[in-house]
Amino acid sequence: MPKSIPRTVLDVTVANHPGVMSHVCGLFSRRAFNVEAILCLPVNGGEVSRIWLLVNEDDRLEQMIRQMRKLQDVHDVRVCNENTAVFDQLSTVMAQ
Amino acid sequence: MFRMTGAQLVIQLLERQGIQVISGVPGGANLPLYDALSRSTIHHVLARHEQGAGFIAQGMARVTGKPAVCLATSGPGVTNILTAIADAKLDSVPVVCITGQVPSPLMGTDAFQEVDTYGMSIPITKHNFLVRSVEELLTVIPEAFRIAASGRPGPVLVDIPRDIQVAEVHFAEWPQPGEADPAPRAYDADLENAASMINAARRPLLWIGGGVVAAGAGSQILELAEKASMPMTMTLMGLGAVPRDHALSIGMLGMHAERYTNMAMEACDLILAAGVRFDDRATGKVQEFCPNAKIIHIDIDHSEIDKIRTASLGILGSINEVLEELLPRVQENTRTEWLEYISALRGAFPQHAPAEGGHDSPQRLIRRVGELVEDDTIICTDVGKHQMWTAQSYPFRHERQWLTSGGLGTMGFGLPAAIGASLAAPERRVICFSGDGSLQMNIQELATAAEQRANVTVVLLNNNCLGLVHQQQELFFKANYFSSEYQIAVDFIKIAEGFGWRTVDLAGSSDPDADLANAFAGRGPCLVHVPVDREEKVLPMVPPGAANRVMIEGEKHA
Ligand SMILES: Cc1ncc(C[n+]2csc(CCOP(=O)(O)OP(=O)(O)O)c2C)c(N)n1
Repeated sequence: MPKSIPRTVLDVTVANHPGVMSHVCGLFSRRAFNVEAILCLPVNGGEVSRIWLLVNEDDRLEQMIRQMRKLQDVHDVRVCNENTAVFDQLSTVMAQ
Repeated sequence: MFRMTGAQLVIQLLERQGIQVISGVPGGANLPLYDALSRSTIHHVLARHEQGAGFIAQGMARVTGKPAVCLATSGPGVTNILTAIADAKLDSVPVVCITGQVPSPLMGTDAFQEVDTYGMSIPITKHNFLVRSVEELLTVIPEAFRIAASGRPGPVLVDIPRDIQVAEVHFAEWPQPGEADPAPRAYDADLENAASMINAARRPLLWIGGGVVAAGAGSQILELAEKASMPMTMTLMGLGAVPRDHALSIGMLGMHAERYTNMAMEACDLILAAGVRFDDRATGKVQEFCPNAKIIHIDIDHSEIDKIRTASLGILGSINEVLEELLPRVQENTRTEWLEYISALRGAFPQHAPAEGGHDSPQRLIRRVGELVEDDTIICTDVGKHQMWTAQSYPFRHERQWLTSGGLGTMGFGLPAAIGASLAAPERRVICFSGDGSLQMNIQELATAAEQRANVTVVLLNNNCLGLVHQQQELFFKANYFSSEYQIAVDFIKIAEGFGWRTVDLAGSSDPDADLANAFAGRGPCLVHVPVDREEKVLPMVPPGAANRVMIEGEKHA
């Protein structure tokens, strides 16, 4: 993956149901804010899911986080720089 | 054990929420709900179009501050009501919209009257639900009310497939009605900081938005303004929070402000921005908005703070609670120099809006109506020049007296919202200032008003054109009036009479005051027809995209 733009990962804990992804992704698309990569897994026996969003470090990131925290189905949002490594590994598999 | 259908459960939960009036239109996918509603104490208002139903609910919610409910069927019922829901989102109005959906097994098959209600409503609601089992209704309905009313209010949509409405449910206990959550408390350190910033400021100013109205914080704002001698300006949505004619009020700011108001903003060194969202119609070119001022921004919505302009100090909380705690820390100060400067500005750039009513211009007529009717009259508008004239000229005195579509600017808002307002406050008079373009957008609701005997007076400022568009074409498109002038003149008097309305025509009236008094003397719906010259403009004006100091007109006033 090209490393020129600094990237980070948003670690989002959400209620696990069919509409959540649309709610979260809609916040990005309406602001023309690209999500570079997405990982999503159910945790805690499937009641909640964790979504990792790989995004560019951008001035608007803080606004995105605040908007996400307003969503009823979003329990928690954290910025986790370390997690970008997971996406680097994935790219070795997926970019073949 | 309680045992009933999903539809009966929904209606009884609404009753337990204290809902007394619901607006809507029935159809195949919500008929079970309607059947249950027919046996309820709730009064149903049959709108003539779902957009009307949505705006009727908005009118009720805007007047009371409490969530109001509207119903629509699947497919076209949903698409029709979405405009009113989007409007509620942008103006933070608590509405619970319950829609019927095709039966769950048919969802996703392009069934008759199926649309993706859930998907379409995500970006225009505060939250939405697609109910997937009848038991879920026990939590979803109270949740919908809690979410609509909590924090920054907003619309919530609940989509209920038909099979869930007819399914049987058994339960042991009723859930508690949904109530607003308590607001977060502001930090002491921030309050101290805010107080010292105000105390140290030489030219501080209060900027009042719709959030102040939502929080019911008008009296605290006034107390702060008087204690610290802070002039007050309002956004379109903040009008009515404090009396327009108060000595410290400098009126609405922004695109259609008085010139002296925008000049005062330029000069201030501190803005206490309360419940505002730095909308472009208020700030003008935002990079040049009050460049010398520090900003204290109080809001209940964290994402509003620093969204457009980084605040020197952001305070998250309910405005009335924050101000209660702030007031004792703020020092009394007469700020004579600053107030004298404001008076000098007023002298140099006299107010464009009339200080007294009359009949020779639409602005003066609006002011005159304000002089003739009771202080607690509810004022509603549609969207266009007449809306801006009303915002500029009406002598507002009370919070929640002013209902207008601010964020979405939806033509067709006025009449149904006025009906809703009058259903929520039947003892009060409701006046809707409308334009001929806007009135024709939801004109079918004339029937609803007549049926409900709503105490609504529509004052129709008829220029037989899309006035505000006409003005923009004149000023910014070399007077190329394309598609803004109507080619036929509709006879609104006949139309209104056909719907069973009383009418008063000011065209050629020899005694307009007497005719107006006549219109206001009776109860029930009445149309007042006022011919207006196409050339009457909304001025002064900041051209779109320009800084607020760049105003067309407003330098002098004859
Ligand atoms: C639903 C909708 N369509 C289009 C517009 C764009 N628009 C803004 S003002 C206006 C003209 C309004 O005309 P009218 O209601 O007659 O009021 P006037 O400006 O003449 O007072 C139009 C078309 C809008 N605000 N809403």
